[in-house]
Amino acid sequence: MTDTAASLPRASGTSWRARTREGRFALALLAPSIIVVFGIVVYPILKTLYTSLYAVDTPFPGHFPWVGLDNYKFAISHGEFWSAVSRTAYFTFVSTGFELVLGMGIALLLNAPLRGRWLFRTIVVLPWALPTIVNGAMWRYFFNAQYGVVNAALTQLGITSSYHAFLSSPFAALNIVIMADVWKNTSLVAFFLLAGLTTIPADLYEAARVDGYGRWGAFVHITLPLLRPVIVVVLVLRTIEAFKVFDIIYVMTGGGPANGTQSIAFYTYQRAFSDEFFGYGSALAYLIVIFILALAVIYIRLLRSDTYGMA
Amino acid sequence: MVEEETVRPESKQEQASYTRRRFLTTTAGTGAAVFLAACGGSSSSSSSKSSSASSAGGGKVTLNNLFQQQAGYSASDLAGMTAAFEAANPNIKVNNTLVAYEALHDKIVAAAPAGTYDVVLGDVIWPAEFGSKGIVTDITSKVNTLPTSQIFPGALVMANYHNKYYGMPWILDTKYLYANGSMLKKAGVSPADLKTWPGVVTALKKIKAKGIVKYPWLGSWSQAEAVVCDYAQLLGAFGGKFLDANGKPTFQTGGGLKALEFMRMLITEGLADPASTSSLEADVLKAFAQGRIAMNLNWTFQLAASLDPKQSQVSKDDVMILHTPAGSPGGPAPGCNGGQPVMITTGSKHPNEAWQYIKFITSQSVQNKYVADSLPIWSASYTDPAVIKKAGSQLVSVAKTQLPNMILRPQVTNYNAASQALQVQIQDALLGKKSPQDALNSAASSFSSGAPPA
Repeated sequence: MTDTAASLPRASGTSWRARTREGRFALALLAPSIIVVFGIVVYPILKTLYTSLYAVDTPFPGHFPWVGLDNYKFAISHGEFWSAVSRTAYFTFVSTGFELVLGMGIALLLNAPLRGRWLFRTIVVLPWALPTIVNGAMWRYFFNAQYGVVNAALTQLGITSSYHAFLSSPFAALNIVIMADVWKNTSLVAFFLLAGLTTIPADLYEAARVDGYGRWGAFVHITLPLLRPVIVVVLVLRTIEAFKVFDIIYVMTGGGPANGTQSIAFYTYQRAFSDEFFGYGSALAYLIVIFILALAVIYIRLLRSDTYGMA
Repeated sequence: MVEEETVRPESKQEQASYTRRRFLTTTAGTGAAVFLAACGGSSSSSSSKSSSASSAGGGKVTLNNLFQQQAGYSASDLAGMTAAFEAANPNIKVNNTLVAYEALHDKIVAAAPAGTYDVVLGDVIWPAEFGSKGIVTDITSKVNTLPTSQIFPGALVMANYHNKYYGMPWILDTKYLYANGSMLKKAGVSPADLKTWPGVVTALKKIKAKGIVKYPWLGSWSQAEAVVCDYAQLLGAFGGKFLDANGKPTFQTGGGLKALEFMRMLITEGLADPASTSSLEADVLKAFAQGRIAMNLNWTFQLAASLDPKQSQVSKDDVMILHTPAGSPGGPAPGCNGGQPVMITTGSKHPNEAWQYIKFITSQSVQNKYVADSLPIWSASYTDPAVIKKAGSQLVSVAKTQLPNMILRPQVTNYNAASQALQVQIQDALLGKKSPQDALNSAASSFSSGAPPA
């Protein structure tokens, strides 16, 4: 006992020194990543906020006039900004809605006991694996009014008598961009939902059948309620992604015709980099963040209420 | 081994702490070195600049350049020129990056603070912006060492802003009128009928009436710079001007208004394909090469592609390149100045080598070798039999009259923002969402008041 008691303080002293040394060592190991995270995340966020308060019109550092919140006021008082927001909202809700409905259908099919199911699962993931730039270029080519595959197919099948300029109407062009986005991202949604479906015990469906529920009844009363957490997660992810849509628009339409497909992210890019209004572009970037935060808060509340509901 | 480990735990710990200390010392040392190197960025760049002067006798210098892969010289032309330059200058290595024209401006701007590129391909509409913002270097003294009197005046203005040269003219281009000779013949139209825009309209109506093609015209009127180029060409033909003497927009009146009304009329009369509002120059070229349209405006590169049987279904004999039409008989018929200068960025660490490269690729002897896609800036080349043979007498004869007669798009420092506003308003008018007058009034007001706080 005495020996042990005598040795305790020395042991704890050693352990304190060792812990301090290990703490310093851990800090040293973490330092590079802290510096990198600060450099590529925290610093740009703060710098963008700072830039948004000045009239910066060149990519080089320098002294610029302080304008306070004028860049923000200019944006919210400008029709172009709200048009871009409403187009983006339309894009977001329509594309996410279609992706959810189609993704659910595909997930149910992929969950069915089919022969060669692995092959279907592999094929379905292919559109998602395709780079967005390639996807955009492909759909632009498909819908080209002069040599597009869609026009060729429609005329050769006798559905239309002549070629149509699908991408020349602002509203039609926006819907075609949505279609291209849905084609690419539905598989991601399907795989999220498929993962959720595989966790639902088969016994529940068995019990439902015994209780006299048909397929639709089982879907409404078992599948949908149990998939709700996954659906909410998918909705959060896809809504935020869709609200930031940029690359597919850049490739397919360049924001045209007549700004008909100009999303808020594309509008921000044009004002910041093409027009070199970096201060204004930074303010727009913060406004986008506010919109996304608002959407995220709504979804997270849904998710929480859902989680508690489940519990 | 086991005994040593159990008997000497402290010394092992010491060894470990020593190793950690060493690691920390090394990390701190490396960090300090990186920090000092980063802080010394500007001094190292200046030392590089000074070293570049002496590089001719010492180490190898690498130039990183940015060009486009579209109209003008092809990628293989540029590779050929560069290989010849490297062979003649073994101390200079050249890395060329090629991007689409639509990405060129933004890439130059985004890369400017980092000094990524030494030489960049500019556009006739950018010297005002790039020069005033210090993105590219004033190379007036260098350009003036060359025999500039032997360069086409239309080429010299492409790099000039406020009497300073912010680049060296390189790609000399304008939009010509292309026509399918076979379709003209079938409709009973002679090339002489296409000297004026009213004559072109009559010809298009004949072609449509005979059912040769549904839409005989296709414009590159997508929401891009392309639509402004076509508009500029028509504005010039109808006697309009972009800006008045005080720099105020005047395109919403006179020839500017007539030009947009003319474009809209081509669509409403069913002469221009509605797909025009989503087409770029490359789409127009493909439509012409597939024999789907009778006429269009396009840059020089359409000729070589249309004459190439691998790319074109139109017989060589039916590919016609003509002078852009006038608004009325005997009136002006300017082509849009589509010149593209090569510029040295202010962030270049090797401005002398960059100038050597520019001087080489813009020299008369080099330009004379690559005339299929872009004609030289040097007037004497147009009487050189070798050039005429390579480029074809059809192109050289029309270029000789059209290149000295070109219209510039407005030389303003906020050109991109102004052009985007104009593109959207032109499209609104073409799609029938606004009258041409209302659309141009909106574009004119955006020219002066569309900018955020400054």
